[in-house]
Amino acid sequence: MSRFRVEIRVIPRPGLLDPEGKAILQALHSLDYEQVREVRVGKVIYLNVEAASGEQAREGAEAMCRRLLANPVTEDFEITVQEATEETVPA
Amino acid sequence: MRVVIVTFPGSNCDYDLYKCVQLAGGAPEFRWHRETELGDVDVVMLPGGFSYGDYLRAGAIATLSPIMDAVKNFAESGGPVLGICNGFQMLCESGLLPGALLRNRSLLFSSRDVLLRVEQTSSIFTQGYDSKQILRMPIAHAEGNYHADVETLDRLEGEGRVLFRYTDRDGEPVDGANPNGSARSIAGIVNGAGNVMGMMPHPERAVEPILGSVDGLGLFTTLLSPNAALGTG
Repeated sequence: MSRFRVEIRVIPRPGLLDPEGKAILQALHSLDYEQVREVRVGKVIYLNVEAASGEQAREGAEAMCRRLLANPVTEDFEITVQEATEETVPA
Repeated sequence: MRVVIVTFPGSNCDYDLYKCVQLAGGAPEFRWHRETELGDVDVVMLPGGFSYGDYLRAGAIATLSPIMDAVKNFAESGGPVLGICNGFQMLCESGLLPGALLRNRSLLFSSRDVLLRVEQTSSIFTQGYDSKQILRMPIAHAEGNYHADVETLDRLEGEGRVLFRYTDRDGEPVDGANPNGSARSIAGIVNGAGNVMGMMPHPERAVEPILGSVDGLGLFTTLLSPNAALGTG
């Protein structure tokens, strides 16, 4: 078994109203960052998991997203798996 | 009628519901979320509040509480379940009701009275009201923006499962009367079998004149009436 650092990005589905993203967009425009066309705010969840392989760590994380970490009605998720090193172990 | 009110860590409307059920002639009892049995019960209510601090998503973690398996079994066997505010969020998160409750479009926690129009009077939850009756009761939430895909919204409307809508005093569901951005001004819905209902406004906080409105009481007196035709909704 090895340790893996799993990064899960949970993002509101495209087309869904994201009032927080909209407020940040307006704030960026008020700072004259007119080049920003859209802002979407999600969340990042880090897991430190034990698994036989990176693939197994990913499969586990996908199941966790479907069952709890992301809302299937409103959110998509992306998963990145990295073998944990001395630096990454504290997820 | 025996009513179980499930209390979660962070529930804060459980005592309001208890008092309200008593006023409506029911026999309330609390059930802690760590328990696994509902016992001999006629109606289950999930109260408002901030279960688990609204961590992850409002209502999400409460759906994993031990008592929730019993609540799901009770609902699936036709038992009436009412979820108010955080209880509505739990029902959506658990899949007992379709859709999800997103952050209010204002991004603000909104605590004030709203007006609701009764959309259906054939439900066990609304048969005490007149069709298109306008009710006044408070909301108190930051995540009450009802969302579902267009097919789901059309199905809810087509099957008469939207029970309450936010409207102005003329009974029009205008945008300005929608306190949170809910799709089609939806404030409360029922499941396909008619026995599981969720709503964001607080009928239990509108049951005595001193509270400013008694418009919520009818929901409870009808639901808890011994003659209620349960399961015909």
